Amino acid sequence: MFRYILRRLLQMVLAFFGTTLIVYALTFAGQGDPIQALAGERPVTPAQRAYLTEKYHLDATGVGGFFYRYFDYVKNLLQGNLGESLTGRNIGDILQQAWPVTVRLALIALAVAIIFGVTAGVLAGIRRASIFDNSTLVLTLLVLGIPTIVLAPLAQYFLGVKWQLFPPTAGSDPTFYALLLPGIVLGSLSLATALRLTRASVAENLRADYVRTARSKGLVKRRIVVVHVLRNSLIPVVTFLGVELGNLMSGAIITEGVFNIPGVGFNLFRGIRTEDGPLVVGIVSVLVVVYLVSNLVVDVLYAVLDPRIRYE
Amino acid sequence: MTINPTPASATPEGGHLLELRDLHVEFRTNEGVARVINGVSYHLDAGETLAVLGESGSGKSVTAQAIMGILDTPPAFVRSGQILYQGEDLLTRPEEQRRQIRGKEIAMIFQDALSALNPVFPVGWQIGETLRQRAGMSRADARRRAVELMDLVKIPGAAKRIGDYPHQFSGGMRQRVMIAMALALDPKVLIADEPTTALDVTVQAQIMDLLADLRRELNMAMILITHDLGVVAGVADRIAVMYAGRIVEHADVRSLYKAPAHPYTKGLLESIPRLDVRGQELSTIKGLPPNLMRIPSGCPFHPRCPYVQQVCVDEVPHDLVLGDGRTSACHFAQEVRDDSVAR
Repeated sequence: MFRYILRRLLQMVLAFFGTTLIVYALTFAGQGDPIQALAGERPVTPAQRAYLTEKYHLDATGVGGFFYRYFDYVKNLLQGNLGESLTGRNIGDILQQAWPVTVRLALIALAVAIIFGVTAGVLAGIRRASIFDNSTLVLTLLVLGIPTIVLAPLAQYFLGVKWQLFPPTAGSDPTFYALLLPGIVLGSLSLATALRLTRASVAENLRADYVRTARSKGLVKRRIVVVHVLRNSLIPVVTFLGVELGNLMSGAIITEGVFNIPGVGFNLFRGIRTEDGPLVVGIVSVLVVVYLVSNLVVDVLYAVLDPRIRYE
Repeated sequence: MTINPTPASATPEGGHLLELRDLHVEFRTNEGVARVINGVSYHLDAGETLAVLGESGSGKSVTAQAIMGILDTPPAFVRSGQILYQGEDLLTRPEEQRRQIRGKEIAMIFQDALSALNPVFPVGWQIGETLRQRAGMSRADARRRAVELMDLVKIPGAAKRIGDYPHQFSGGMRQRVMIAMALALDPKVLIADEPTTALDVTVQAQIMDLLADLRRELNMAMILITHDLGVVAGVADRIAVMYAGRIVEHADVRSLYKAPAHPYTKGLLESIPRLDVRGQELSTIKGLPPNLMRIPSGCPFHPRCPYVQQVCVDEVPHDLVLGDGRTSACHFAQEVRDDSVAR
């Protein structure tokens, strides 16, 4: 196991540099005049141009120049310096403000998925082909079929504006209550998937041979379901939720955009919209790490949950 | 189309440890009703071993699961019949009482121990669970007893292996774990459902020997379900041969091997490869077991039977009593037996 984790960590280093290189290339390689982009509509004086060319090493051109600047960027990154956005703000500071909001939103969404999705999935799995099972099937298909870009504004309009059950937008430094509706919207997709997955897994395990053995031992039905079936059924569900937490942590561009939540996704979206290259690259670099780490945690967790899995 | 049961041996009412009377089980599926058990009657006395023999789908496992009360309902339903345990009909007992009987009075081991054991719990935990949940033992006592049970079934280094998971054992050792688990509550009846099918031939013999030894030591009665005639000979006292959800022949081992009185049994015996006869083509039973949703009229074996006559197509054969407690559900039982002796 230790060797496995070590090997995975080494792979993560490669994956990290690979992805940042690609993101960096996609963002900057095709850019025409970065100095003009930085200045926007305003004219740039030759003195300013000379200063910025010097600062960003723009004198080197072509592929060589690109790598020159990329290694510059990596060098800063390794020192924990994410650089500055085009608006002159420290990207590290931006993330420091945005991340707690996104984490809170992600945890609400995950809680919604676990509390409702997994519970309903277990019940539907036990009572296959019942009214409850069939109605959850229809509901989950509906939720899975509606994209967030439709669901989020609908929820905002009806629950926030029309019936005024929730604040329609969150704004800066949002409260738990303000994040509740976006959290539910964001979590609904994970909820539906978790429900389907749990249901299938429970239904499959209920038919397993070891359940027959447990019954022949004369165990009460409750114990068979709660101890034997659930322990096995939840292995794929827990791993799914782990990957999902990684997804949610990297911010929800649409949900945060619609509800005006100043999280990671919101900032990333702004960076893309305003062509703020350094901001996009900075945020994505950190997201890559979040993603890689959460995937490693899920894989290790999988081995802990299922004794048949051994990594060597 | 039911067979009137004639008790195989004339024993007094309620005298048997376990007795099945005219059991009918059907599977209600979307495609229709499959009559899986059609009037099975057999009995088991304390301390004896009954082998139930038959092809896949003959209903031998379903009968066992009906005795245990672990049929999956739906689709399986017990339509009629009685399962008498110590003179009491289990089928009329409430579920809670039947649960109490499972494991403690009648225990069962299954074919494939790898899937029959829960993959995510250590074997010691699984053996101990029965003791903790059913006998109210403490965690430490259950653990100690689990080691004893693993010693009893001759798992080497039991104390060290108690924390291992099922997949870490070999097939034979896994089946021993299964047996240890079934023995936890000292059952009076052990049902072994094809206990050696998933194992290598050499290991098969070890497991059968172990089961026979344990049965003797612990003075249990055993129902040994198998499709392997070779497994039966050394272990069983009596054999019940099943076909299409019926007992077609019932006899003590010695006389059945010597002279089968049902064409199906005869076919089974003849299809065993013999080492002492070289160069002979292996004989088979022609055709396939019947579709249980459309069981043939009359004798269900008639489409495959070399002795078939018009009467076999028209009439369901009753159990013919041949003496020595032997019965055969064949219109020509006498002829088949005499034929077998002549060979």
